[in-house]
Amino acid sequence: MTWTQIANQPWMLWRRQVAAILRLELKKTLFSKRAWWIYLLTLGPVFITGMHSLFARGGHHTMGEDQMIFAGIFQVYFLRLGIFFGCLGIFSNLFRAEVLERTLHYYFMAPVRREVLTVSKYLAGVLAAVIYFSGSVALSFLFISAHWGPVFQQYLAHGGGLAQLGWYALTAALACVGYGSVFLLSGIVIRNPLIPAAVVFVWENLNPFLPSLLKKFSIIFYLKSLCPAGDTADGPLAFLASTAEPTPAWLAITGLLIVSALVLAYAAARSRQLEVSYSE
Amino acid sequence: MSEPRIVFDNVSRFYGEVLGVNRVNLSIPPGITSLVGPNGSGKTTLMNLMTGLIRPSRGSIRVLGIPPDRPEELFRKMGYCTQVDAFPKGLTGYQFIYSFLLVHGMIESEAAKLTEEAIARVSMTQAADRPVAAYSKGMRQRIKLAQAIAHRPSVLVLDEPLNGLDPMARAETIALFKTWGEEGRHVIVSSHILHEVDRISDQVILLSHGYVVAEGQIQGVRSEVKDQPIQILVRCDKPAVLAARLFEQDNVVEAKVNADGKGLLVRTRDADNLYLLLNRIVLDNHLEVEAVAPADDDVNSVYQYLIAGEGGTT
Repeated sequence: MTWTQIANQPWMLWRRQVAAILRLELKKTLFSKRAWWIYLLTLGPVFITGMHSLFARGGHHTMGEDQMIFAGIFQVYFLRLGIFFGCLGIFSNLFRAEVLERTLHYYFMAPVRREVLTVSKYLAGVLAAVIYFSGSVALSFLFISAHWGPVFQQYLAHGGGLAQLGWYALTAALACVGYGSVFLLSGIVIRNPLIPAAVVFVWENLNPFLPSLLKKFSIIFYLKSLCPAGDTADGPLAFLASTAEPTPAWLAITGLLIVSALVLAYAAARSRQLEVSYSE
Repeated sequence: MSEPRIVFDNVSRFYGEVLGVNRVNLSIPPGITSLVGPNGSGKTTLMNLMTGLIRPSRGSIRVLGIPPDRPEELFRKMGYCTQVDAFPKGLTGYQFIYSFLLVHGMIESEAAKLTEEAIARVSMTQAADRPVAAYSKGMRQRIKLAQAIAHRPSVLVLDEPLNGLDPMARAETIALFKTWGEEGRHVIVSSHILHEVDRISDQVILLSHGYVVAEGQIQGVRSEVKDQPIQILVRCDKPAVLAARLFEQDNVVEAKVNADGKGLLVRTRDADNLYLLLNRIVLDNHLEVEAVAPADDDVNSVYQYLIAGEGGTT
């Protein structure tokens, strides 16, 4: 395809269609009764860090320790559990839930390219997931040290705290982008998305123990490279872990975006083969 | 110029081992075409195939020259009202139609105008701002119809569109179909209400067990059913005299005087000959004839002869 052909595509039409689908999908994804457990996943750490903030005043610990605890929560809870399963719920249901509710045909009966539909649904999923998880990460980060009052405010304003918060939120957003593309594809290609989810979950959690080359074929490897605090996630089996050369942030971000775009492109191409069959 | 027909070329569709439709060859012209057949005969499969919701296992389909696997082109010209009684949650009737017109890529003012027009056409203006979830079955059916017609398609595919409608709404809907057919659009309707289908159809496609049993204008289809004598109703003042004369003919199978004594139902294997003979009998016997009309060249009769006779039900 030449640049002229690309320029001659109906971009304005697609932009309007994406906006219309986003409007419908965001309402469903953000405010769905079906998503109650995702609310729990996001509100859980906010609640716990909020409680910590309320009851930890005057305790025998430092703000640095709070930050290390948060780094652990981020890597163990957010990256490996919360965002992983949240994205599984959000993205694998973008098409599957509509099959279950018998409403997918309304999209298929609109003059919209399936690729545009898939990308729009993905964007809606990413927006919702980022709002949920980057929001939860940001609130948890703020709550865990809030009881330090002016010291924490000083750390945020002048001590690199805000940059750290930004990196956590960005890493969470990239996790949504990466896992989102994988689970969108699995929701389109495989009837039961739990099977690929289990495979991806095992693979991602085996990552610390994989040879350094294989480590690079996972999302968690790049996400961990972006975490502002060190690796705290390998726990009692840390002695089994192997090390790989740390990936520079720019490469981790670019790599994740490219891989996600490729997976999304494949999902969009596969969506052209989708049929509406509610009797499964 | 695009081909103004819907063409099925040797189309088969299987659901695993189960047959949906088999070796369908059709060329559907503009006007109202009814799909008739018992449950499981393949009507919905045929509609889903022509709208691209499912793909053929074999063969190819063109709708006005467009293959159904290009929804971005097809649904600019096509509207489909399915049998599925489900709607996106949390939308009013107006929002339901308006939102999907925006998905078409329309600007807001155009979408709003077409939404209002479509809602008015199915007489749902009063209820447009109520949630679809609070609608009766008939109202849901009408809002689905409005959604199918909102973008003014030239091909309308309607799967059991009269289901759940009260008699008044049914009459209005049938009148709408007639208008669309007269405007030169393709209107493909499946319905099990045969006498209503009969009133509006320009042509019928009879399906049984996934096969097209017959297609075309109903009179033509009826004349092809050779093994069933044709029934002709003659309204006249002396039906007994007429019956006596007709019984002299070999091709007359049965002649039955109506209960009111003013008519005769004749079953014959040679209708053309009977019409010629009738002229002579009328002149010879000074009969006063009020009407002569075929009594079984309707969808219901053809359906009974071709499908119900082999155990099908509507």
